[in-house]
Amino acid sequence: MLGYTITQWLFGILSFLAIMFALMVVFTRNPVNSVLYLVLTFFCIAGHYLLLNAQFLAVVHIVVYAGAIMVLFLFIIMLMNLNADTEPRKHIVTRVIAGVVGGVLLFVVVGALKGAEQLQIVQGGASQIGLVKNLGKVLFSEFLFPFEIASILLLAALVGAIMIGKRDTNINLK
Amino acid sequence: MTAFIIYKAIMCAAVFLLSLGVAAYATLWERKFAAFLQDRKGPSRAGPGGIFQPLADGVKMFMKEEIIPNVSNRSLFIIGPCLFMVTAVMTSVVIPWAKPMMVGGHMYDLQITDINIGTIYLLGVVSIGVYGIMIGGWASNNKFALLGAVRASSQMISYEIAMGIALIALIISSGGSLSLKDIIEGQDKGFANIVWQPLGFLIFFICALAETNRAPFDLPECETELVGGYHTEYSSMKLGLFLFAEYINMFISSAIMAGFYFGGYNFPFSSELYASLGLQEGDWLISLIGFGAYFTKIVLFICLFMWVRWTLPRFRYDQLMNLGWKTLLPLSLFNLALTVVVEYFRGNIHF
Repeated sequence: MLGYTITQWLFGILSFLAIMFALMVVFTRNPVNSVLYLVLTFFCIAGHYLLLNAQFLAVVHIVVYAGAIMVLFLFIIMLMNLNADTEPRKHIVTRVIAGVVGGVLLFVVVGALKGAEQLQIVQGGASQIGLVKNLGKVLFSEFLFPFEIASILLLAALVGAIMIGKRDTNINLK
Repeated sequence: MTAFIIYKAIMCAAVFLLSLGVAAYATLWERKFAAFLQDRKGPSRAGPGGIFQPLADGVKMFMKEEIIPNVSNRSLFIIGPCLFMVTAVMTSVVIPWAKPMMVGGHMYDLQITDINIGTIYLLGVVSIGVYGIMIGGWASNNKFALLGAVRASSQMISYEIAMGIALIALIISSGGSLSLKDIIEGQDKGFANIVWQPLGFLIFFICALAETNRAPFDLPECETELVGGYHTEYSSMKLGLFLFAEYINMFISSAIMAGFYFGGYNFPFSSELYASLGLQEGDWLISLIGFGAYFTKIVLFICLFMWVRWTLPRFRYDQLMNLGWKTLLPLSLFNLALTVVVEYFRGNIHF
């Protein structure tokens, strides 16, 4: 088809959708729509993982980000009842400053990417490392220490969250 | 390539129609079952024994007045039930329905796709299923619908965790493959997984009840106490989609339980039976008998779901959360630890 393989077509379409949804996250006025566009962006990124033959990463990405974290985001935004109507109008000075800062950041990013085309892009399509079996073997042998450190970090965050939740009830009891 | 696309299209259409058909007749069977338990007759007017009742219900749903509240978020209000239905149907993709069939010299799997992460795919789709409820409840712009949506989705999130851990234990004891086909094929010789995972099955079954919003976890349905739930503002076929998706979920989760814990299309002495009938591998009769066995198990599970519904009273919200977090989660972790010890002595785990 027009000299491109199916994979290239899929990559093009997914990239276009991912960038479009990411822009929509920023440009929609309604916070709930923003969150939903972010979920769609995550789906597109999961599609990219699939193209790289990293199925496990793709599905875990959906389970963790789309299925858990974004649901909590949605919970908070729905319960706070943020709407396009209730969003405060920003002062003109704030807007100008935000525009300038954003422009400078864009400048830095573009500058950092200058010369990126000289980098060798490793073809990932034929790699088998993303399959569950290979990933598990690597994680539990070569990268066991960082893996366990990450689990301790998560445990600490879990305990911290419970502590914050608990303190509230103690104050109420007194 | 063309043959491949046609085969996949036929499989998709067949599984889709099967899910819809079973779900439609599950609504009738539920009412008949309720009538049997309450010593009534149940629907009996549409056709002999009420056989056309699902059709009549469908027509009724379509003909009802369609109300979209003025203050609602219109597009999200419509997307909500669609999303709930789509995620309900999507789970059926990875289920193998019968042994491979030989057609024109080729073996065809009777499964839409056999991905090697089938189990995690299932968990992923289940976790996305929450969005339909949340979007629908929020877009209604009604306090009671929003509270109902929060109630239903926090229930689903809470029970997903215990369900996932019960599945990890199952995968350890069934040989470590995440593909549903491997899990079911592994039960062909030897025992079904229920023998090694009785506690895991109990946890999974309770979580499946909660995930499908079935009694005793059917808080969204108690109109008298809690003003319905996330679908308070819905009418006509949009409400129908929400209610119908529940029956599809029930069918798919019955299929998953029958496959994971009760051998799916395998049954005791199946290979002896096939040998005595003189059937070769790939014969269509093997597929048919296997599918019949699987379908019988699925129907039994659907009956179990209904039996539970008409037997147990509804949980209160705090009881539901306590059961999920303080009972099922520790129990599933205990089951996981127990499974690892048992499998170590069975020789399935090597260090």
